[in-house]
Amino acid sequence: MKTTIKLLTLIISGSIFFAACKKDPKTPAATVYYQQQDQAARPAINTVFNVGADKETFNVTVPSAMAAAFQTKFQARLLALNPAYTTNALTQDAVTFTGLLATDVLNVSTTGKTTFFDGVPANTLSGRTLNDDVIDVELLLIFGGPLGTSNPSLTSDHVDANDKVFLTAFPYEATPF
Amino acid sequence: MKHKKLLFSAIAALTLVTGGIIYASDHIDAPTVTGQSTDITDLYVFQGANTSNLVLVGNTQGLLTPATTGAAKFDENTLIQFSIDNNNDNIEDLVIQCKYDAASNTMKVYGPVAPSEKGTRSKLEGNEIASVAVTAYGSSAVIGTASNGMSVFAGPRDDPFFFDLDQYHKVLDGTATGFKSTGTDAFAGTNVMSVVVEVPKAMLGGTGKLNVWLTTRKKV
Repeated sequence: MKTTIKLLTLIISGSIFFAACKKDPKTPAATVYYQQQDQAARPAINTVFNVGADKETFNVTVPSAMAAAFQTKFQARLLALNPAYTTNALTQDAVTFTGLLATDVLNVSTTGKTTFFDGVPANTLSGRTLNDDVIDVELLLIFGGPLGTSNPSLTSDHVDANDKVFLTAFPYEATPF
Repeated sequence: MKHKKLLFSAIAALTLVTGGIIYASDHIDAPTVTGQSTDITDLYVFQGANTSNLVLVGNTQGLLTPATTGAAKFDENTLIQFSIDNNNDNIEDLVIQCKYDAASNTMKVYGPVAPSEKGTRSKLEGNEIASVAVTAYGSSAVIGTASNGMSVFAGPRDDPFFFDLDQYHKVLDGTATGFKSTGTDAFAGTNVMSVVVEVPKAMLGGTGKLNVWLTTRKKV
C-alpha cells in the first residue's frame, strides 16, 4: 500500500514536471508563416500577358523561375496582340522583349535617375516614378514597331498624367479622394 | 491569300476576346486575390527627395471610392513584402516586410534584412525596425521614422495609376480601332491602401542596380 502511494506520487510529480515543462515561457512559439498570393513589379504584366489559370500561377512563381515558365506564352500573347511585331523601339525582337518581361522584376538604379522610360536610352528601366506614363511606354513597345511610329492609334491612351498632383516630399503620393 | 489573311485576323481577334477581361495594372489580376487584402495594384521604386534614399511604394486594394475608403483596412493576416535582389540573379537578398497590427492600428516594418526564408513562403525576419500609426481617411499623413534613417507611411492614398482602361477594352473587344484623342482615366477619383517606405540606398547593397518586386502573403 505504502509502495503504491509512493509510486503514485512519483507518477503525479512526474506529470507535473512534464506539464511544467510544456508551460515553460522560454519555449518558442510555433513560427508563423505567410504564403505568397500576389506578385507585381513592372506594371500590367500579369494582366496583359497571362491568360486564364496562368494568372494565378504567375502570382506564385518566384522571379528566377518565371522566364522558363512563361517566356514562350508571353511571346504568343505578344504576337496575338500585334501579329506584325518584328522589333520594338528598344531594338528587341519578340524573344528578347518577352524574355525581359517574363521575369517580372522592377530594375532600379541606385546611382541616379529612376524612371521607367523618359526618352533617354541610358535611363530606360531604371525604376518607376509615380508620374511615369508606363502604359504609353508599354503600348509603344508592343505596337509601335522598331521606330515607335507603327499603329499610331494604339501607342498612346492619351491619358498622360494622374488626376492629382503628387507631393515633392514623403509620402509623395497624393491625398485620397 | 485574302482568305488566309482574314482567317488569321479572326484567330487573332478570338485570342484577344478569349484572353479575358484585362483589368488594369495589377488590380484584380486573378480570382484568388480579387476583393482581398492581398490584391496588389502597383509597385513604384524611385529616388527620394533626399537623393541618398530610395522610395518603395506598395499599393493594394484598388478601386476604393470615397464612399468605401473610410472603411478600408489593412489585414493582420497579410504580409506586404518588398523583395530586393542586389546581385542580379532575381533571388531576394534582402526583404522589407510590412505587417499590420490591429490592436495598435499600426504598420510594423521589418528589414531591410537578409531573409532566412526565401521564395513563396516568408516569416517575419529580425526585429521590428519602424512602426507607424495607420493614417485615418481624411487625416494628415502620419510619418514614422526609424533611427536607421527610414521613413514609413501606411494608409489610404489616391491611386497614382492612370490609364484609359475602358477604351483599351473596346480595342480588345473589336468595338474600337484605337484610343481616343483625349483619353479618360478609369482610375480617376479612386484610392488604394498604400505603404510607403523610404530607405537609405546604402542599406540595400549592390553595385548600382537592384531588382525589386512586391508580394503579398497570407498567414497560414
